[in-house]
Amino acid sequence: MTAADAHRAILAVWRIEQPRLITSLARMLRDVPLAEDLTQEALLAALERWPATGVPERPGAWLMATAKHRALDHLRRRRMLEHKHAMVARDLEDEQQAMPDLDSALDDDIGDELLRLIFTACHPRLPREARAALALRMICGLTTEEIARAFLLPAATIAQRIVRAKRTLSESGLAYETPRGEALSERLASVLEVVYLVFNEGYAAARGEDWLRPQLCNEALRMGRVLASIAPHEPEAHGLLALMELNASRTAARTDAAGEPILMLEQNRALWDQFQIRRGTQALGRACALGGAGGFYTLQAAIIACHAEARTAGDTDWSRIAGLYAELAALVRSPIIELNRAVAVGMAQGPQAGLSIVDPLMGEPALKGYHLLPSVRGDLLHRLGRYEEARAAFEAAAALAGNRREHDLLRRRAAAAAAAAMSP
Amino acid sequence: MRFMYIVTSAHSGSPTPELLDAMHKLADREIKAGRMLDSGGLMPLATGAQVRITDGRLSVVDGPFVEAKEVIGGYAIFELPGKEEAVAAAVEFMQLHKDFMPGWEGTCELRAFAGP
Repeated sequence: MTAADAHRAILAVWRIEQPRLITSLARMLRDVPLAEDLTQEALLAALERWPATGVPERPGAWLMATAKHRALDHLRRRRMLEHKHAMVARDLEDEQQAMPDLDSALDDDIGDELLRLIFTACHPRLPREARAALALRMICGLTTEEIARAFLLPAATIAQRIVRAKRTLSESGLAYETPRGEALSERLASVLEVVYLVFNEGYAAARGEDWLRPQLCNEALRMGRVLASIAPHEPEAHGLLALMELNASRTAARTDAAGEPILMLEQNRALWDQFQIRRGTQALGRACALGGAGGFYTLQAAIIACHAEARTAGDTDWSRIAGLYAELAALVRSPIIELNRAVAVGMAQGPQAGLSIVDPLMGEPALKGYHLLPSVRGDLLHRLGRYEEARAAFEAAAALAGNRREHDLLRRRAAAAAAAAMSP
Repeated sequence: MRFMYIVTSAHSGSPTPELLDAMHKLADREIKAGRMLDSGGLMPLATGAQVRITDGRLSVVDGPFVEAKEVIGGYAIFELPGKEEAVAAAVEFMQLHKDFMPGWEGTCELRAFAGP
């Protein structure tokens, strides 16, 4: 085994064990940032020791013992500083008692602890990007360098985000607890938002040169599965998982051999991952069974499920999609959702009906500079035979498109519309 | 990456209660960790059949198969970042057999799914 192999093998064990290490230490220390620091020290110890000694037979127990010793050392030092010498011996004895038996690590159901950790890492008081970095590090066990590569940012930037976020957590004296009642749904929204942010960051990359970017999708999916299994009564946790599984099911079909993006309606549906679609529709079913059919993520998942369940693009149930977009638009006022609704209505009821939704959006400040608005409008105009107007719309869209491939596609559509306008 | 795990063994007896319990706990943890997507145990060979092509001839053979030595007992499907994680997970799974069913011998084979 080369040093690089050993390194990778250690990180693999680390990713499996790390959430349990942090939750155990956080329980002992009542301090998540400190728990995170000390588990990192245990990782460093393993990286130093194992290449020479080999990976121990029970690597998880080794890491746990090492991390707990660091935590006990820390508690001991802190007690000394607090001049409570007399208390020290007795307290430490209590802690030893409270430590779970290392060999029965599997008996330790960490569901609640993990949930508490996720709520802490994704605290709404932290900026979104910092929440994402903390979650990837504390829940997924990614290193700072890996997170930086995945987000195409310098490692120093991510390191700084993490340090600041941990300082905010330490200084704010936030209770390390699982919120209940009203607070729960608000806090859960903050967690789901982060998971979806991580997913979209990876999904946008589709086939990055660096495997770590698409890997973000898998990490988000994994966090989504974790949430759905440890917070099983929350419909939106299932809704988000459904949305991610269903979107991820198209990964193999989304680009051609040259890496060019393929629009959903033109994708080869044989390449859609049926195993993942099944998982997605099951999660969607659970969200609806829990009464969450009208939730933000669940509605989006239901829309994607309409596509996933259609055998061909022609089989797509556009009127159902248009209805779901109307529900979504009533839930969140967003011109982008309205634009998507226009596309669905244009498919379900014809281009004129779609256009009557798009035209009022033309003055929308939030969509100024958004190339998909003139692009959708151009498509509807083209289908109405208003080729000259379609050409102008596609030209405008091409000028706004930031991506070269999209720009080229829109120019081709403008040229096609121009040719149609010329022909008698 | 998605991985298929297939466990084969010449042992025909059922697992000890301790092993079953440990495997159950491991499976529960792996589901909650979002890594294990699916798993299942398989019924004895007598319930199965093989459809073969040999020398250009197709034949159906009902189980049990006298020549079978290593028998597939179960499978699992995991979603993991890479092969190192896949191996680490298999090592942990097999360690349970070593701990809770002394004398058991067998193989846990893991293979990546074809795909992107």
